Amino acid sequence: MKELTYVRATSAAEAVEAVTDDPRAQYLGGGTNLTDHLKLGITTPEVLVDVSRLPLDTVEDTGTGLRIGAAVRNSDLAAHPVVRSDFPALSRALLAGASGQIRNQATTAGNLLQRTRCVYFQDPTTPCNKREPGSGCSAIEGYGRYNAVLGASEACVAVHPSDMAVAMSALDAQVVVLGAEGERRIPLEDLHRLPGHHPERDTTLAHGELITAVELSRSGAARTSTYEKARDRASYAFALVSVAAALELDGDRVADVRIAWGGAAHKPWRARTAEDLLRDGPLDEQRVRDAAAEELRAAATGPDSDYKVAMLTGITARALVRLSEATS
Amino acid sequence: MIARPIETRAVGAHHDRVDGPLKVTGHARYAVEHGPDEGVSEHLTAWLVGAPVAKGRVLRVDATQALATAGVVSVVDHESARRLDDTGEQGDGELAILQDDRIHYRGQIVAIVLAESAEAAREGARLVHVQVEAGDHVADLDSEEAELYAPEEVNAGHETDWSDGDVDAARAGATVVVEGDYSIPYEHNNPLEPHAATAHWDGEVLTMWDSTQAVHAVASTLAPMLGLEVEQVRVRAPYVGGGFGSKGLPHSPEVAAALAAMAVPGRWVRLAVTRQQMFAMTGYRSQSRSRIRLAAEPDGRLLAIEHDAVAPSAAVKEFVEQTATISRMMYAAPARRTTHRAAALDINVSSWMRAPGEMPGTFATEVAMDELAVACDVDPIDLRLRNEPATDPETGNPWNDRRLVECLEQGAERFGWSGRSPEPRTTTDGDWLVGTGVAAATYPTLWMPGNGARIESRTGGRYAVGIGAVDIGTGARTVLQQIAADALDVPVSAIDLAIGDTSLPAATVAGGSSGTGSWGTAIVQTAQQFRADHGPEPAPGLHTQTTTESYPDMAGHALHSFGAVFAEVRVDRWTGEVRVSRLHGTYSVGRIVNPMTARSQLLGGLLMGLSAALHEEGVRDPRFGHVVTQDLATYHVAAHADVPPDLDARWLEESDTLSTPFGGRGIGEIAIVGTAAAIANAAWHATGVRVRDLPVTADAFL
Ligand SMILES: Cc1cc2nc3c(=O)[nH]c(=O)nc-3n(C[C@H](O)[C@H](O)[C@H](O)COP(=O)(O)OP(=O)(O)OC[C@H]3O[C@@H](n4cnc5c(N)ncnc54)[C@H](O)[C@@H]3O)c2cc1C
Ligand code: SF4
Repeated sequence: MKELTYVRATSAAEAVEAVTDDPRAQYLGGGTNLTDHLKLGITTPEVLVDVSRLPLDTVEDTGTGLRIGAAVRNSDLAAHPVVRSDFPALSRALLAGASGQIRNQATTAGNLLQRTRCVYFQDPTTPCNKREPGSGCSAIEGYGRYNAVLGASEACVAVHPSDMAVAMSALDAQVVVLGAEGERRIPLEDLHRLPGHHPERDTTLAHGELITAVELSRSGAARTSTYEKARDRASYAFALVSVAAALELDGDRVADVRIAWGGAAHKPWRARTAEDLLRDGPLDEQRVRDAAAEELRAAATGPDSDYKVAMLTGITARALVRLSEATS
Repeated sequence: MIARPIETRAVGAHHDRVDGPLKVTGHARYAVEHGPDEGVSEHLTAWLVGAPVAKGRVLRVDATQALATAGVVSVVDHESARRLDDTGEQGDGELAILQDDRIHYRGQIVAIVLAESAEAAREGARLVHVQVEAGDHVADLDSEEAELYAPEEVNAGHETDWSDGDVDAARAGATVVVEGDYSIPYEHNNPLEPHAATAHWDGEVLTMWDSTQAVHAVASTLAPMLGLEVEQVRVRAPYVGGGFGSKGLPHSPEVAAALAAMAVPGRWVRLAVTRQQMFAMTGYRSQSRSRIRLAAEPDGRLLAIEHDAVAPSAAVKEFVEQTATISRMMYAAPARRTTHRAAALDINVSSWMRAPGEMPGTFATEVAMDELAVACDVDPIDLRLRNEPATDPETGNPWNDRRLVECLEQGAERFGWSGRSPEPRTTTDGDWLVGTGVAAATYPTLWMPGNGARIESRTGGRYAVGIGAVDIGTGARTVLQQIAADALDVPVSAIDLAIGDTSLPAATVAGGSSGTGSWGTAIVQTAQQFRADHGPEPAPGLHTQTTTESYPDMAGHALHSFGAVFAEVRVDRWTGEVRVSRLHGTYSVGRIVNPMTARSQLLGGLLMGLSAALHEEGVRDPRFGHVVTQDLATYHVAAHADVPPDLDARWLEESDTLSTPFGGRGIGEIAIVGTAAAIANAAWHATGVRVRDLPVTADAFL
């Protein structure tokens, strides 16, 4: 791998300055995704600014919710008692991802900003618009088992691989970002982009913007939330599809429901059409299946990925039926 | 002297792995871990550069940028590499790397970068620009340009086509005919330790530590290619992190290690293939398709078996698995017809992977047998019992000891098979659809002549036993000590065993379940000769060396092991996800030398079969020609969580001195055979969906 300069930032502001001013610089979190990319030659930064040791490694209870530092390790976050009691979907999503060793190393921000596992993106000998804009997309007519079925473009059909981000999307998380111009908050739903004509851009962050925290608000639905993941082997595999669901019932009626899908799109897919159809009505397997089917009307599938429609429908029904059984 | 059966005491008893403590404490050294205390100092690291196209010519290897990188010492390409003298009998296109500008497959070695550090070597390799003229390639078995041909023979010297009886007439007269197409995807051996070597050339002798299943085969393959006498190539493999067949034959990285070392005489060179490169350079199980037709009486008695196997093979070097040979010997159908066809594609070279032939062939035939059981409304176990042949259908010879029926019956008893509903989709457990399945397994006794052993008496009643065998993690080092102890009639603790070195007497490959039997026979033969030469209480320093030619008791018999696999499979009714909750194997494999290492082999084989059943799939992208699922995140092997909570391997107590003087047969392969079929059959029983293409994945059940 290419020789590079390693800098350990001592404050968030210093880190932002170092990266903003240098197009060849990149942040380093736990390094579980970025170092792979360095070895494979997918990215060749000249400066790495290590932000994993910044004092952003605490989970704070704000009363109304949690403020999760960007450098909190995935394993610590999953084990946090408030996360487990008030945001179970998040804990489950984290534990459904990667392996114990990787979760010990991976950070909150790094997890959000991990890049797609599309096999062509990871193989610098093949064309890929995300890695090399304009070179073409090898996945559209290639190996498509993991391809997106919603929101893809002619330029890219990759999915975002994070489990944690899907749970955060359903939990209406806010991402706190520090840039050269100061701090801003982005709803998690708006952090990741659909590929459009620019699949090389995964997110709406500008170069140099540093994620410092993720904020969650308590709610009844968040307390009754879950994460379910379908995969080809029982552990240590990326999702074929996944669902994060949160549910609040008022008697038999759905008072609040939130559904986000993983393995479906270039970003965690918030299934708002399905949510709208379910809200205020009763909840049963068929109603969930119908609502999911409605959300998936826009799905575009290939021969390798068409199974995802039935699988997303099934897993969403399973998650919500189980939640309703647990609450009633 | 020829080995005679021995009395067994240590053989058959539990014995801890003699190298266990070294391995778990990290002290066992693997191929690129040898350091200054063994003479390896100031080594260079070699990094391989693969061809960027599947066919064509290298116009130029532009190493300007690479050589400008700090630490990069040199770049060897087809113009600068040492000329190879002899590349095997018909010219081995897989091994003849860097000899000309031709590209035969994507990922073929086109340059070697040598640098002072691994990081510099890797960066140098990234910066080597290989300019090519791309040709039109064909990398897809379904392509119109992929023409099928009949190879001269198939792996292990089996006949390409073979038949017995009038298949067409038998089928025409049959009441029941079951027909299907079954397929196995590309599968990659993926031992934990990648292929790797440390090599040194001093102008006279090429010294290598190599991650191989056969040190002597590496030396005898490399020496003539390099224009050397075999004595000029010293190969050692004290510890090897698995192979599963992929290290059974030398592959191109070993030639690259030799060429690299010879490019920098006097310097040590370390070469480790990356995980991604393993998918292109180090062999794999080819994709294969089997068309099966079974014709039977209404009660399931077979009248005819037809098995036609088709597989791609690398254009640059043929390798065709003996997928259909299973149908020549397994069941007592009066008529059988088997064929193998191959298509030469512009793809990397396939090779051995655990139970080549039997594994893919048995998936097809044992699923077809399950379909026949359904068609005839006969219990799958009864169906197999009804088709038991009294003698080997292929040779007409008597069996050594065919105990498939006992394996099936004892396995059924333990698994709780009786009372199983013949109807599919009748059992649920919460969200799971649950089903059970069975399959039979077999593996031939492969005994290799030409194994040498040397025994020398030492002081204190100790014996030095030397043989160039390799322990690839199976426990060979432990069981050979047990065999030597019994053959010399001394305690195991009196044996000092040396293996894994070409300076020891020549030994054949740790493969084909032939190692323990073939090496063990050489040790027994040598021990018996030693006693004849030097008596029961020899003075220190006396020695005997012999080489095996035959073990004559085998003659006139069909020598095979057998087994029965039972599986319970669960399919999630919401997502289609498939998991195996119970997996049992019962085997007849002769005398078990060491219950602990044997159990590990059998459980490992069952799990590798499970992995093939549910997970493993090399996806070749025909546009590019290479396998794109080329790491362990995208090429799935079973993880710990996939191990069934009820996983069990048992064996029949027996001794087979027709096969070896200590009564054991090999056990390395058999447990992968039949396992995928048992699981696919159980998945059918759970859901009513018949999957004939591996792997069995969730989408089939949605
Ligand atoms: C074998 C394997 C299996 C895996 N399986 C799963 C799985 O099943 N599910 C799943 O969700 N994930 C999985 N992962 C991915 C894993 O979750 C990510 O690698 C990890 O979360 C990344 O976190 P990190 O801190 O190591 O990030 P890094 O690798 O350090 O960084 C990732 C990216 O984030 C940027 N970055 C880091 N911190 C900041 C910050 N504060 N502000 C702005 N940018 C920042 C970096 O510049 C880089 O671009 C797997 C990974 C591996 C290797
Ligand atoms: S899907 Fe996206 S990431 Fe994959 S090859 Fe196409 S452009 Fe690249």
